Amino acid sequence: MTATVTAAPRTADAWRRFAGSAWRERIDVRDFIQANYTPYEGDAAFLTGPTDRTRAVWEKVSALFPEERRRGVLDVDTATPSTITSHAPGYIDRDRELIVGLQTDAPLKRAIMPGGGLRMVENGLKAYGYEADPFVTKVFGAYRKTHNDGVFDAYTPVMRAARKAGIITGLPDAYGRGRIIGDYRRVALYGTDRLVEAKRAERALLDARPSTADVIRDREELAEQIRALGELTRMAASYGCDVTRPATTAHEAVQWLYLGFLAAVKEQNGAAMSLGRTSTFLDVYLQRDLDEGLLDESRAQELVDDFVIKLRIVRFLRTPEYDALFSGDPTWVTESIGGIGADGRPLVTRTSFRFLRTLYNLGPAPEPNLTVLWSPRLPDGFKEFCAQVSIDTSAVQYESDDLMRPRTGDDTAIACCVSAMAVGRQMQFFGARVNLAKALLYAVNGGRDEMTGDQVAPETPALTGEYLDYDELSAAYDRVLDWLARTYVDTLNVIHCMHDKYAYERIEMALHDHPVHRFMACGIAGLSVAVDSLSAVKHARVKVLRDATGLAVDFETEGEFPAYGNNDDRVDALAVGLVESFMAKVREHPAYRDAEHTQSVLTITSNVVYGKHTGNTPDGRRAGQPFAPGANPMNGRDRHGVAASALSVAKLPYEAARDGISLTTTITPEGLGHVPDERAGHLVGILDAYMASGGFHMNVNVLDRATLEDAMDHPEKYPELTVRVSGYAVNFVRLTREQQLDVISRTFHGSL
Amino acid sequence: MSTTVEPVTGRIHSWDLSTGVDGPGTRFVLFLSGCPLRCLYCANPDTWHMRDGEPATVDEVMAEIGKYRAFLTTAGGGVTLTGGEALLQPAFTAALLRRCRELGLHTALDTSGFLGARATDELLADTDLVLLDVKSFDVRVHRKLTGGDLAPTLDFATRLDRLGKRVWIRYVLVPGWTDDEDAVEGLAGFLSGLDCVERVDVLPFHKLGAHKYDALGVPFPLRDTPAPDTALVDRVRGQFRGHGLAAH
Repeated sequence: MTATVTAAPRTADAWRRFAGSAWRERIDVRDFIQANYTPYEGDAAFLTGPTDRTRAVWEKVSALFPEERRRGVLDVDTATPSTITSHAPGYIDRDRELIVGLQTDAPLKRAIMPGGGLRMVENGLKAYGYEADPFVTKVFGAYRKTHNDGVFDAYTPVMRAARKAGIITGLPDAYGRGRIIGDYRRVALYGTDRLVEAKRAERALLDARPSTADVIRDREELAEQIRALGELTRMAASYGCDVTRPATTAHEAVQWLYLGFLAAVKEQNGAAMSLGRTSTFLDVYLQRDLDEGLLDESRAQELVDDFVIKLRIVRFLRTPEYDALFSGDPTWVTESIGGIGADGRPLVTRTSFRFLRTLYNLGPAPEPNLTVLWSPRLPDGFKEFCAQVSIDTSAVQYESDDLMRPRTGDDTAIACCVSAMAVGRQMQFFGARVNLAKALLYAVNGGRDEMTGDQVAPETPALTGEYLDYDELSAAYDRVLDWLARTYVDTLNVIHCMHDKYAYERIEMALHDHPVHRFMACGIAGLSVAVDSLSAVKHARVKVLRDATGLAVDFETEGEFPAYGNNDDRVDALAVGLVESFMAKVREHPAYRDAEHTQSVLTITSNVVYGKHTGNTPDGRRAGQPFAPGANPMNGRDRHGVAASALSVAKLPYEAARDGISLTTTITPEGLGHVPDERAGHLVGILDAYMASGGFHMNVNVLDRATLEDAMDHPEKYPELTVRVSGYAVNFVRLTREQQLDVISRTFHGSL
Repeated sequence: MSTTVEPVTGRIHSWDLSTGVDGPGTRFVLFLSGCPLRCLYCANPDTWHMRDGEPATVDEVMAEIGKYRAFLTTAGGGVTLTGGEALLQPAFTAALLRRCRELGLHTALDTSGFLGARATDELLADTDLVLLDVKSFDVRVHRKLTGGDLAPTLDFATRLDRLGKRVWIRYVLVPGWTDDEDAVEGLAGFLSGLDCVERVDVLPFHKLGAHKYDALGVPFPLRDTPAPDTALVDRVRGQFRGHGLAAH
């Protein structure tokens, strides 16, 4: 006998006209979406422009951007460590805003979050001319240990050396790890009372188990999750919103969902604070209100526009070094749009279009990081619109729905740039990446660092021949990679143990099921440099130039060798082999909390910094020269156009890089066709063909070099110029000069 | 059916993948070496001499094209043979077109038509689309600009019409050379009489190939010729449209 759900009247009203049953009895947003959404197969003609209200709110907050850009940060509350409830309500324009809530009491005013590490906060404040608050310094210096302190207590000398040399790099050991997506939709669909009830039920199951270390940790975490839901409720109440109950209208649904997300960005300065997959969920509410005559299309768009304004002004206090690593001030508020359901119906709705429409209504911008889950089976009208948005704004990235759906299901969202997770059921431990190009030089040099001469990896015989021998090099490389994989996974285990202990993501995890499936997200950088170097040794002759201490410091290559990026199996097979071999090595080492090992081929934009710290390589790349981003071929070596370049990348097996494989392409407008009206159709064809060939991700920039050069000289003319870099987008004029030059030096696929 | 011994080798300059500029969609573009004309604005002077090309067999070229079969088909594209002048190696070209056809790939032949007489009916039967480059409609200008006669190109166009081939006209607009209003009118009038012409692409002259002349040590005659301005491009496109042609 099944019990009838006796929902309180307020719940009955909130769920009026909704279909389906499973989602009523358990927390299951996916089931709700499947039972209620209305696929949209038409084109973009129904969309509306910005209202006067939207323009007024956006102009008010945009007016603060130039000053923020000039000073680095607009303002900081130095005295109040941020929690969900730490700050009084803040507004952009209280009378006009539809969706309310700011991280602090004023727009663009940043908060401090010392839980990740006090030094990051102190350095961040100092860099922008602020004094650290003595009380905060005392509390987090003397009484309250941070994540950063914990990590360095447990690091071994080998881990420190590997980190210092930059062979393992970008580690989240001094800042929030991020890349966890709370299922913020749950707040809107269920309200926090029901969510607390579900968490209590999960907790009760644990109470029956013996108190082992794992069970104790889980119980404590669930207690924190329940506490965080209470804080979310109080924070929402300070904005006049009663989120204990489910949302009853589209306006409330957007607001409730946003408040859930806001609680997360008040509590965590994570490297990536992604939003999830919200547009089709929200469409159910917008469509119901449209059907009931509660709103019209213009109002529906306004709600989305106002929501996106809030997502655009998420800010964290970070150091200039951090910003230099990641280009500008990214927050990776990634929203995943589109895709196909398990039953074959496209998950495209009118609200999928409305989200993309914000790039016109508010102008192009890098955040939120709009990500289309692409399949050749998507409706034509949606595909054409996406392509047109790319051509007009260069602000969209594409990821293969067909690769993800069979593995993480049809309610997958992207965290950060390319990391797929089932929303609310899976999370990841972000692991940054190792430098495979540097590792190759370690193989040549017997474990010594080519820049410092320090012995970083265990000492092995250096290669001593005048010319590099492929078999000898391969064997030595394999040994270095064995050591690297072991040291890397070990290091990540330390980091994530301490992050859970000292900077646990309470509200984000409260919006996940318990138990949750965890990924240990490893990563590799410098793939194309390592692979082209191997190709040079294999197919040409590479002479080694050594310094007085015997350290190989430069190489002379005699003859031609095939380069990765030309759809040439002689070298592409080396890339496939390297990706598979490193994944296998990583899997050999147990991960913290039994996480499932994955890896990405992604550099964010740190390809510039990694290059700076890596010596001359056998492929002819000079010391200090940037790597190619992500899985990209080296700049200028992909000589046969975008299709050949993309097909090389598409060969990398997703199974061995489940955390994502990033390809950033730049095509000139003419490179998409002589006739402007035909370009969107051509881009659709390229995306269809790339994904059908097994490609995972493509960042699409439609730009010409002259525009970028002009923007370097006249940044004031291009405040909105958005460029996709490596799984996310940046504001071009906010990049360092070095990064701007790197973007310009990349291959522009055009035509003569 | 007559059986002929297929020549297995030709000379090629390079290959590339392009989108929307060498026929519909994303295409594998094979540049064959050798050209009988010497157009003053030529962007590919490195393809003039057959002797400079790399020898390649039909099988070798098809192995490369084969790697892109699925991509080209999904992307709504195909294969375009160009050069140089593909009809300078008619047997090699014919063999490649036939093999592409057998793979189900859309085929395009980019030619000046100067050697159109060398294209057999069989070759054209294996060609889905002809990109016909008409350099000028003024016989004297044509000779000065290309070193060759116009008549073979017009004969070829007429033949394509008779065969019912799909044809896209390419017209490079060079200020001072091909912008003469009367000449454009004449060409537009001629083309409007051909049912086979689906569209006319007016391509603004550019100097992106100038560095190739430097590398070859050959003077680039139009080094000081400006690219046409938008008004001129619009005027010429307008003239073609005035004759009912779909001009871009």
